[in-house]
Amino acid sequence: MLLTIRGLSKGFPGTKALDGVDFDLAAGEVHALLGENGAGKSTLIKCLTGAYRRDGGEITLDGQPISPGSTSEAQDLGIGTVYQEVNLLPNLTVAQNLTFGREPRRFGMVDGRAQRAEARRMLEGYGLDIDVGRDLGTYSVAVRQIVAIARAVALSGKVLILDEPTASLDAAETAMLFDVVRGLRDRGLGIVFVSHFLDQVFDLTDRLTVLRNGRKVATEVTAELDRLRLIEHMLGHELEAAERAEHALTDPQATTRPELLRFAGFGRPGHVAPFDLTVHEGEVIGLAGLLGSGRTETAELMFGAHAAQSGTARDARGDVPLATPREAIAAGFGFAPEDRKTDGIVADLSVRENIALALQARRGWARPIPRAEQARLAEEYIRRLDIRTSDADKAVGDLSGGNQQKVVLARWLAMNPRFLILDEPTRGIDVGAHAEILRLIHEITEGGMAILVISSELDELIAVAGRVIVLRDRAHVAQLIGAEITTDRIVQAIAASHGTDAPEGEAA
Amino acid sequence: MNPRFYPLAATIAIFVAAYAVCYAQFPYMLSTRVAGNLLTDNAYLGIVAVGMTVVILSGGIDLSVGSVIAFSGVFVAVMLRDSGLHPLAVFALLLLITTAFGAAMGAIIHVLAMPAFIVTLAGMFLARGAAYMLTIDSVPIAHPFYDLMQDAYWLMPGKGRLTLIGVLMLLSVLGGALVAHRTRFGASVFALGGGEQTARLMGVRVGRTTVGIYAFSGFMAGLSGLVFSVYTGSGYPLATVGTELTAIAAVVIGGTLLTGGAGYVLGTLFGVLTMGLIQTYIVFDGSLSSWWTKIVIGLLLLLFILLQKGLLRLTSARLSGAGTGAGSAARAG
Repeated sequence: MLLTIRGLSKGFPGTKALDGVDFDLAAGEVHALLGENGAGKSTLIKCLTGAYRRDGGEITLDGQPISPGSTSEAQDLGIGTVYQEVNLLPNLTVAQNLTFGREPRRFGMVDGRAQRAEARRMLEGYGLDIDVGRDLGTYSVAVRQIVAIARAVALSGKVLILDEPTASLDAAETAMLFDVVRGLRDRGLGIVFVSHFLDQVFDLTDRLTVLRNGRKVATEVTAELDRLRLIEHMLGHELEAAERAEHALTDPQATTRPELLRFAGFGRPGHVAPFDLTVHEGEVIGLAGLLGSGRTETAELMFGAHAAQSGTARDARGDVPLATPREAIAAGFGFAPEDRKTDGIVADLSVRENIALALQARRGWARPIPRAEQARLAEEYIRRLDIRTSDADKAVGDLSGGNQQKVVLARWLAMNPRFLILDEPTRGIDVGAHAEILRLIHEITEGGMAILVISSELDELIAVAGRVIVLRDRAHVAQLIGAEITTDRIVQAIAASHGTDAPEGEAA
Repeated sequence: MNPRFYPLAATIAIFVAAYAVCYAQFPYMLSTRVAGNLLTDNAYLGIVAVGMTVVILSGGIDLSVGSVIAFSGVFVAVMLRDSGLHPLAVFALLLLITTAFGAAMGAIIHVLAMPAFIVTLAGMFLARGAAYMLTIDSVPIAHPFYDLMQDAYWLMPGKGRLTLIGVLMLLSVLGGALVAHRTRFGASVFALGGGEQTARLMGVRVGRTTVGIYAFSGFMAGLSGLVFSVYTGSGYPLATVGTELTAIAAVVIGGTLLTGGAGYVLGTLFGVLTMGLIQTYIVFDGSLSSWWTKIVIGLLLLLFILLQKGLLRLTSARLSGAGTGAGSAARAG
């Protein structure tokens, strides 16, 4: 084996990003690394490239144990990386980028002619016919990717990590890139390929490893694996009897309850195809699908983060305008986004201030919420949601992930919305808090509030949702109600419709 | 033509066009006398602008240079008056001081991760204050070596004088161009201007480069101060107020991107000469107020900022036309 990883562990405050992960890479193979957001792919790569220090485990390259402390150290060891956002300088010429730090010199001065010749030599065999004297920024992203690969290979030459390299390429460009990757594989490089486009994984890779929740789920030979099993690996298949029992509690009669909202033909080109969706009072709806299938886009459309370009949303009183988040909030909507740290909380403000934030925004700055009222609100929700904090004035950034999520929930609950959207509410939360959040979702709906939950964890959706909408390629493709909601049915719905004609390289 | 030359070509074209307009009205302006004076009168500005070009290419800014020039003049004048040192020894000492001053500012900018604007603003007050500490009056410089330097020139055909300080400026431009475009240090400067995070990933030693950039600017400011003292024959703590802004204007008119990462030192020379040309035209005309210089410079600056925006938009528009929408984002980033 060229590269061997054994028992790799890496933790962050409140969560374990990698837990005893094993990974092998042979010379002359393309090895896919798969998993949903938060599964640990990028943490694994960052441990490999020296961006993170690992907490435990062993990495050996060519039989030698290594522990790179920086990107350049990893580079010197032979591990090169090309990221989705190309890490080259668009304001320098192609030749300058390729030879940066190793420019050929004459009499102490950079020899431009030799530099360009060297650059042309480095690009040989990549099928690129470009003027290396021009700014890199004048070329397309695909060309820049290939230049970045050429540089990484020339600098490192053993292991090449491609992190979502096709995310912003079209089909022809992706094919061009794949030819380059196959050429490098034949030259004996070990290539780690990270992508969430399954077609590309089946097209290009020899083996694949699936991560979920920081653990390795499986390593398989790509050609011997079918799509269904792969999706099962990625989304999990560990249904417990207890959760089934809990599922029975979710009201299968939810659809007979009074109607709360009706979306008709709601859509936006490039985000999600028009869909119809009826939301009933006190109902929990789950959105299932792979990364990039349009789950988050659906939520953003409903909340007005992007305005819908077709369709209407109606409630009992008539049309509900949803062009901006302001309008959505005014209509009684709430949205706890996926990336809690950047979009959900204000880390430097206290628990009390974070909870009062949305309510204050609705009242306007001219009518501040009295401090006593804020304190009362904070105390109430700290008690109701069991937020573990020493006091209400502690900065939210100091709480654990689960408690941060509860603060986000508390903020929306303080607004008393009628429809709450939760995007990956349990991401990066330890198992104990996990169950608690799910319990809270049940409690909340008892008061008639409707909730839309997006999750990569099928078990979670099964446990909590009375109805699951399955998405694929940015369209709603199936709906499962009550007892129909099982892991098998969801995975089938995702895989069955996941045709091979799916456009490659569609931007995520 | 390679698109990276467009701004430089525009700068040179504007200079040539402006000269043509001047020539059409005052044919005598196309003479070695006018050309020689253009170089001499703008020598100190040209030298300091070379340092500023390198700073701006890296995405930074150096507001201290005007004060450093004033300090240099005063330092030399006072030292020559009060000590028996030879001017060359005083020069060496001064360049050492201003280079170290620049290096210290660069170190602070890097180590404390402070904006260059604030650190060099502090440097501006510091250097101006230091000049006042030495003297509050204008100190004349009377030294035979200075007379020698002031009288050193080459009489060009047509009786134009190519003075020592004019030649010094041209050498500075040459030196600056070599440093910026033909060394690994220069490549690191451009890399920083393109994006510090990316530059770090590509192996640029950010701290060392930042210190080097501001040390270079400090050295050029000191050299400019020497040239200014030769030009005026005195040292005065109130001199060259606002010269840092004139230098920045010359750099931008010279086609360098104010946000860093793109430009040419040669362009800065033409930026300086264009500004000097406007002044010369006003002198020739005789009836125009000298404030017209500022108005024209303001308009030119505006023109170049628009030109740069236009070029950027053109590049990204062409890229997205080729079916890669991410091109503009990557370019802007």
